[in-house]
Amino acid sequence: MIKKVTTHLSQNEALLFERSSPGKKAYQLPELDVPAVDAAEALGAENVRQEIDGFPEVSEVEAIRHFTRLSTWNYAIDYGMYPLGSCTMKYNPRINEVAARTEGLAWAHPYQPEALSQGCMQVMEALEVALAEICGMDAVTLQPAAGAHGELTGILLIRALLEKRGNPRKKILIPDSAHGTNPATAAIAGYAVENIKSSETGGVDLGALEQLVTGDVAALMVTNPNTLGVFENNIVRVAEILHKKGAMLYMDGANMNALVGIARPGDFGVDVMHLNLHKTFSTPHGGGGPGAGPVAVKKVLEPFLPTPRLKRSGKKLTFDYKRKQSIGRVKAYYGNFGVLVRALAYILAHGGPGLKNATMDAVLNAIYIRKELEAYYDLPYQSPSMHEVVFSDDRQAKLGVRTGDIAKRLIDYGFHPYTVSFPMIVHGALMIEPTETEGKLEIDSFVDAMISIAKEIETDPQMVKNAPYNTRTSRVDEVTAARKPVLRWKPA
Amino acid sequence: MLEACGVSTPEELFAHLPDAVRLNRPLNLAPGISEYEIVQYFRDRAAECANGYASFLGAGVYQHFRPVLVDTVVSRGEFLTSYTPYQAEIAQGTLTTIFEFQTMICQLTGMDVANASMYDGSTAVPEAAMMAVRATGKGRVLVAKSVHPEYREVLATFAKYQGMPVAEFGYVAEAGTLDLEDLERQMDGLTGAVIIQTPNFFGIVEQVKAAAEIAHRHGALLVVVFTEAVSLGLLEPPAEADIVAGELQSFAISPSYGGPYAGIIATKEKFIRQMPGRLVGQTTDSRGNRAFCLTLSTREQHIRREKATSNICTNQALIALMATVFMTVYGKQGLRELAEQNLAKAHYLAGKATPRFSGKFFNEFVVRSPGKSPEEINKALLKKKIIGGLPLGRFYPELADSLLLCATEMSKRADMDAVAEVLA
Amino acid sequence: MYPENFRYTKEHEWVLAEGGTGTVGITDHAQHELGDIVYVDLPKVGTQLEAGKSLGSVESVKAVSDIYSPVSGEIIEINESLADAPEKLNSDPHGAAWLVKMRLSNPEELQNLMSAADYQSYIGAEK
Repeated sequence: MIKKVTTHLSQNEALLFERSSPGKKAYQLPELDVPAVDAAEALGAENVRQEIDGFPEVSEVEAIRHFTRLSTWNYAIDYGMYPLGSCTMKYNPRINEVAARTEGLAWAHPYQPEALSQGCMQVMEALEVALAEICGMDAVTLQPAAGAHGELTGILLIRALLEKRGNPRKKILIPDSAHGTNPATAAIAGYAVENIKSSETGGVDLGALEQLVTGDVAALMVTNPNTLGVFENNIVRVAEILHKKGAMLYMDGANMNALVGIARPGDFGVDVMHLNLHKTFSTPHGGGGPGAGPVAVKKVLEPFLPTPRLKRSGKKLTFDYKRKQSIGRVKAYYGNFGVLVRALAYILAHGGPGLKNATMDAVLNAIYIRKELEAYYDLPYQSPSMHEVVFSDDRQAKLGVRTGDIAKRLIDYGFHPYTVSFPMIVHGALMIEPTETEGKLEIDSFVDAMISIAKEIETDPQMVKNAPYNTRTSRVDEVTAARKPVLRWKPA
Repeated sequence: MLEACGVSTPEELFAHLPDAVRLNRPLNLAPGISEYEIVQYFRDRAAECANGYASFLGAGVYQHFRPVLVDTVVSRGEFLTSYTPYQAEIAQGTLTTIFEFQTMICQLTGMDVANASMYDGSTAVPEAAMMAVRATGKGRVLVAKSVHPEYREVLATFAKYQGMPVAEFGYVAEAGTLDLEDLERQMDGLTGAVIIQTPNFFGIVEQVKAAAEIAHRHGALLVVVFTEAVSLGLLEPPAEADIVAGELQSFAISPSYGGPYAGIIATKEKFIRQMPGRLVGQTTDSRGNRAFCLTLSTREQHIRREKATSNICTNQALIALMATVFMTVYGKQGLRELAEQNLAKAHYLAGKATPRFSGKFFNEFVVRSPGKSPEEINKALLKKKIIGGLPLGRFYPELADSLLLCATEMSKRADMDAVAEVLA
Repeated sequence: MYPENFRYTKEHEWVLAEGGTGTVGITDHAQHELGDIVYVDLPKVGTQLEAGKSLGSVESVKAVSDIYSPVSGEIIEINESLADAPEKLNSDPHGAAWLVKMRLSNPEELQNLMSAADYQSYIGAEK
């Protein structure tokens, strides 16, 4: 039975371009306090455009209604649990938003004098220090704009170090359970990708690794805990195998929410890693960005970090641009500063003990869900779970219902779906990550929904296959969208 | 819950971890603090930054007024706390706004398609270069020296391991515009992309048509970069470009010490498949109603893995939404008026100084003052609580005597008069 | 279902050799596994290909699959109609939705490919 939600009115709304009328406006500019300038004269008549065809013309109240109505068509963390595995959809504290909008920080120009930017630089320094401590690493760059960007930065660092040692090598090893970004990153950094099969327990297969690590291998990219939510118990040994052959260990920090305060990658042999501040450190996903992807490294990689580096001399912070061995810049200016402020606010609010508690609650929640659902869904890997659990749709598939169908039915129950069909090493995966911010009430309600769906499949699989029923938009035709792309509005 | 999990303390949940990997001490971080203390902490940091200063800095980051509707909209939890809209049935809000965003970027730039946004302008440039290289099968890139210097640095970093040689061509010393002869001289059959910026880093409007003609004649694509999006309210769109790569910070995105911003890539229909980044398309749902969904996603890394067009897997949805609300608030008439005000303010300020270049400019220009170094000028201005311009020597040794000044609709006449006084 | 005069690969392509020319496509089994096909990427006319090398790709909404050339030779014609109607690959993979025609440089390679009967038992076993 569906308990969490019921139907209510949902406002229809046309596109901005369809609801525009000539002459309407939602802005007011101040009187010009200097003489007006003739655009054709100042810019050259050939450089001045006609009016922007099709651009919106609406009043202020129409504008706010437009966006408010559209907003209600979204699901959001603020409505309820968002169990997307590996995405760490935790509550986004509103204090973070207030902190990022503090006037002197939000209006700081990246080229204003360093003497008038000390506060911004202190925020960055404090975050670098905290992240280094959390990861057990020696240095951190805050420049990368997102996780994938951080990954690329990390691999370029490895490349730079190996080049300096005389041979950049040719290959990056990547487990078959890895995120799709990992191989894409390796390729963009100029490396060939070699896949390494997971062991029977879902971890890195040490035997296979020993064989694959040759003088051609630059690094292994692992996610730990891996995408099954399982900790690589052999990680120290993995690092030894790589290091013995002069290769590096890269860690994708996407699942750091399972480790903060419990174990530190720097302590178990990781040489370089990135973090997703929009996962572990609670900065909002915002419907797909912005994020931030700081990279933490061991001392040996520090000289190669992107330019500029924050440097303290006594009471003063400066940016150091004279770094001969640096890989260069990966982004203009210093990083997604506004996101960094939010992450620091989160760290300050929790403090050391609070961060560790968050990790323990995240793991407790995931294991609780595993125990409650084990009787209803197939669990292909029995290794102990950390912050997420991956079921398979094997049992339901026998009745013709796949993981994607179960996910859509979950929407009717008032939840966002879990991660569907990933990792690829699990056939028909249901990847569930509750995070620490869900209480027992919400989790029990999710568990009830999943059990109820499992029972529905036994009695009426076809009904589940056609879900969702209660959304304002039913299943969309993605095939036509891709065959005949319509990527912008045009007047009829 | 502990009981259901068969443990008596949460610590036991981690018992399976080998001792060697466990952190057997507390993190060396201070205990947590209250909301009030956090607000205070960041206010204290802000107090250590520029407060109450007027500023004439531009150079890729512009100080424009942010209409209040912008934060009202992006603060809604439905936009702020939702994930990437993979589940179309419950993400039509985000999907619809992105579709509107793509449409408005096309209208502004004169391109056929625009993606759902990139990290920022600086990372959009190497992505555009790689796209041109894929489309032409030619690996060399020629970039104008008048493109934002930090964008060129980012391009160099990405190009290095892509087997993508990058060369630069100059600007005309007198006008500050593209040196088209130098471009012509350096063109060869191996060049796949020519990259220019308009208005360029010196604020000067470039000859897009002439650059396009040269690029196309040699079988290369023209990439046009912009950093000051407000200029598009008044300037002819770069319709002769094959790819437009830009930065939208001017559209109600706080300067925020360098980010987060939102970049875009827009292009012609025939290059859609080469384009990186997310795209939203229109379709119908099973009841026949209009609906939107992410589409052409097979270009992306999570499917194509090592064959992906790019390793980027986020757009900047919330920041792009800021720009969408901004474009809606100003609209057809307002964006033009806003651009006209910027033009008027900058020309007022320039009228009281001597611009170094003779090229036509929008809201930024380069000045030098006989007998005073840029640093001395800025120092004198700081005493009047004014942050001056960007000394250019850092990026252009030949312009070490020059300063890049920017005026926007927020620049006050009295402050501009004060700047003029110091420059005199 | 599977024409007797075609030869088949393990990667689910077919080739029909007539004189020195081979017509290449993907099998009905392949289109079924891929689901709704939304885009087809084909090589340029004049491209020289070796057997087993990637000839292009087909895309469904959420997957891209490489197509491997069953034989060596030069591309002499591509099926332009698929650009606007990729759905033909779902409806008529062995007929109207052929992908390319090649001038065979080594017709003996055809001997290495499967017959219709062999292919049918191959896909039966794969399931």
